[in-house]
Amino acid sequence: MAYDKPLPEPTPETQEFWDGLKRHELRIQRCLDCDRFYFFPRPFCPHAGCRSGNVQWETVSGRAKLHTYVISHRGFGGFADDAPYVIAVVELDEGPRMMTNLVEVEPTPEALPVDMPLEIVYDDVTDEVTLAKFRPARG
Amino acid sequence: MPSASRLRRKVAIVGAAETELGVLPDRSMIQLHAEAARLALADAGLTEDDVDGIATAGTTPADISEYLHISPRWVDGTAVGGGSFLMHVGHAAAAIEAGYCDTALVTHGESGRSRVGMPPGDAGPSSIQGQFEHPFGGWGPPSMFSIPQVRHMHHFGSTEEQFAAVAVATRRWATLNPRAMMRDPISVEDVLNSRLIAWPLRLFNCCLVTDGGGALVLVSEERAHDFPKPPVWLLGRGEATAHRSITFMDDMTEWTPAKQTGASAFAMAGLDHADIRHLMLYDAFTHVPVYALEALGFVEPGEGAPYFAEMHTAPGGELPVNTNGGGLSYTHTGMYGMFAIMESVTQLRGEAGERQLPNLELSMTHAPAGMFSGTSTLILGNL
Repeated sequence: MAYDKPLPEPTPETQEFWDGLKRHELRIQRCLDCDRFYFFPRPFCPHAGCRSGNVQWETVSGRAKLHTYVISHRGFGGFADDAPYVIAVVELDEGPRMMTNLVEVEPTPEALPVDMPLEIVYDDVTDEVTLAKFRPARG
Repeated sequence: MPSASRLRRKVAIVGAAETELGVLPDRSMIQLHAEAARLALADAGLTEDDVDGIATAGTTPADISEYLHISPRWVDGTAVGGGSFLMHVGHAAAAIEAGYCDTALVTHGESGRSRVGMPPGDAGPSSIQGQFEHPFGGWGPPSMFSIPQVRHMHHFGSTEEQFAAVAVATRRWATLNPRAMMRDPISVEDVLNSRLIAWPLRLFNCCLVTDGGGALVLVSEERAHDFPKPPVWLLGRGEATAHRSITFMDDMTEWTPAKQTGASAFAMAGLDHADIRHLMLYDAFTHVPVYALEALGFVEPGEGAPYFAEMHTAPGGELPVNTNGGGLSYTHTGMYGMFAIMESVTQLRGEAGERQLPNLELSMTHAPAGMFSGTSTLILGNL
């Protein structure tokens, strides 16, 4: 069955992130002046007091911690059959946060302690798009 | 540098009205704007012909001008979510003092329940949210505005029972308001037993979804006493925007921009927390007024949820909050901020009936821009 959930449409400044995921690499940007990573992609450092344009793409570890989440008991469109499912914000070991779904884990508060270690799962949802999802860390 | 306090008590709300509220499938969104506008103008003894300034959100000033068939010389289309109307009040005060207009009309109308004549909603798939949030199955505020709450619970030890108590305290006010949609008392157990929506949210942690509108008319100090109703003065205001996507809320445990807008409003008004004993805190969900109470500084960080649970905000409590019954029990069209302002005005006019707070002189109203995306604070007074 065709994938029937919302798909991202990359823009010039985000293309490398999406191209990286397709290669199963998590690519985010680091500021060469203040040495901090950031996300979402944009061509300058968003950190207060820095704001440098001297930034570059790097491949990062894919390790993260569970920052916060909800367990959605309703789903619409392509998500209707998924409920309950976990919509989470994870904090990458490199610092930035991103939204994701947690997979390979029970969607219950008991199974989802805040700050639990996670690792990335590359979900090739279509031929063109790979999404970064996360599961409990295995090692 | 000029100080905002020179605008203190320079502009007043002299007209204020709401439409019928609830389920109104016979009225379009723009019609609700216009109906509210005409009711608010009538409240001030005015008509559309007196209006030379328009601020609105959810539609555009051009749409309102067309529908009312007027041509205002000042417009403001600031549209950053449910608290936009609070910002409009602050902007209108500056515009009136600047001479950009004399009579400003702020309108809200939303067919949030029946969805009649509503503009398309979501940002597209190439937006930041479209790329970095929508692929993961968020389906609107219940699943997204709620994202930070678990971090608050983890950080401060706030509990589901305490957040449930917000709905209980607010419902107690609604029992005193004949216009409230939900008026039967509820218990913490009722909230905890209501069906799961997006844990930690259950049904009774969530606001209503209704149709309706409201509008305000503002004029300068010189004219403020020339109307049928006593003036309600703008004493202080603050506004801020930050992120758009909930993912990029810098600190999930606090409403950072609200700290600034509360402090700005207090500074402009020359007032402090001890002066305020009526608060309207936009309550799309039970955790939202908790974050607001903490960020505005009425309690210490982490003390908001216990404060609600101890019923200090309920009828008979030391700090009445959401006395109309709030978005949780009164009405919530989608951009509820107009109704929060309206209850401040109603209380300051002494028109709140059974729920009227005696001898009230000041009221603070606070609302979000988007989902914790920013905030706006007003301090209104009747002296």
